[in-house]
Amino acid sequence: MALLPNPFDTLLRLQQALDTFRSSSWLEPSPSSGGAYPPMNVFNKGETYIIITELPGVKKADLDVQIKHNTIRISGTKSVSYGETAGLHRRERLAGRFDRAMTLPIEIDPDQVKAEYRDGILMLFLPRAARDKPKSINVN
Amino acid sequence: MSTPQELAVPEKKELVSKEEKTVPGRCFVPYTDIYETESALTMVMEMPGVERKDLDILLEGDVLRVEGRIDFSKYDGMEPVYAEYNVGPYARSFTLSGKIDQESISAQLDDGVLTLTLPKSKETQPRRIPIN
Repeated sequence: MALLPNPFDTLLRLQQALDTFRSSSWLEPSPSSGGAYPPMNVFNKGETYIIITELPGVKKADLDVQIKHNTIRISGTKSVSYGETAGLHRRERLAGRFDRAMTLPIEIDPDQVKAEYRDGILMLFLPRAARDKPKSINVN
Repeated sequence: MSTPQELAVPEKKELVSKEEKTVPGRCFVPYTDIYETESALTMVMEMPGVERKDLDILLEGDVLRVEGRIDFSKYDGMEPVYAEYNVGPYARSFTLSGKIDQESISAQLDDGVLTLTLPKSKETQPRRIPIN
């Protein structure tokens, strides 16, 4: 079949894959974990782990990311404000403080970690530490 | 503003529409705040991951429809290992009242949040009547 690649196929596949990994035990809740916000997805690409979180409406200046060994902490404040005289018709957006820490089951290289924040999405690129990578053993 | 409190995680709400879609995949409803001042109605919608070029704001008659697509090419080559939320396009429609001056609706997108300002038409804005 010579069909043109349909981007919606990929979206469906991505959505199905994400559904499947809802029950993944890769990231076990640890004593260090604070709240559950922001929700996060974790991906693997080669030797890099990528954490993606959705933080719509959070300004870059109000966002703090810390790393210690293999524990990552994402904290900040999300504020929602209306004018003094505004009458509210509908209120669905949440606002407040958030503080979440999670310990990864892999060792990462803290000096090589990169963070990107765009369009309300925070992406953390966490390269696996060299000493944590599996080594091939030559069989004699 | 009230004192800051811990944020809870809301599960994304899936769009339930009357029309069926011809493409597979799920669509989500952006969380929206709507507030009104004397001069305008403001709608604030959360659409994380939607870029300016992937956002459509359509006005047909009195129906304002907002659609935001996700550029999922950035997920190329990535293998999920753990997931707490799903991604997909956003869509939501609102019926506007006749009070809105449709010609001067403006939109702004910041940090994944779309702010739509819908000014009220001059005739419907409150006027102060001088007393002689």
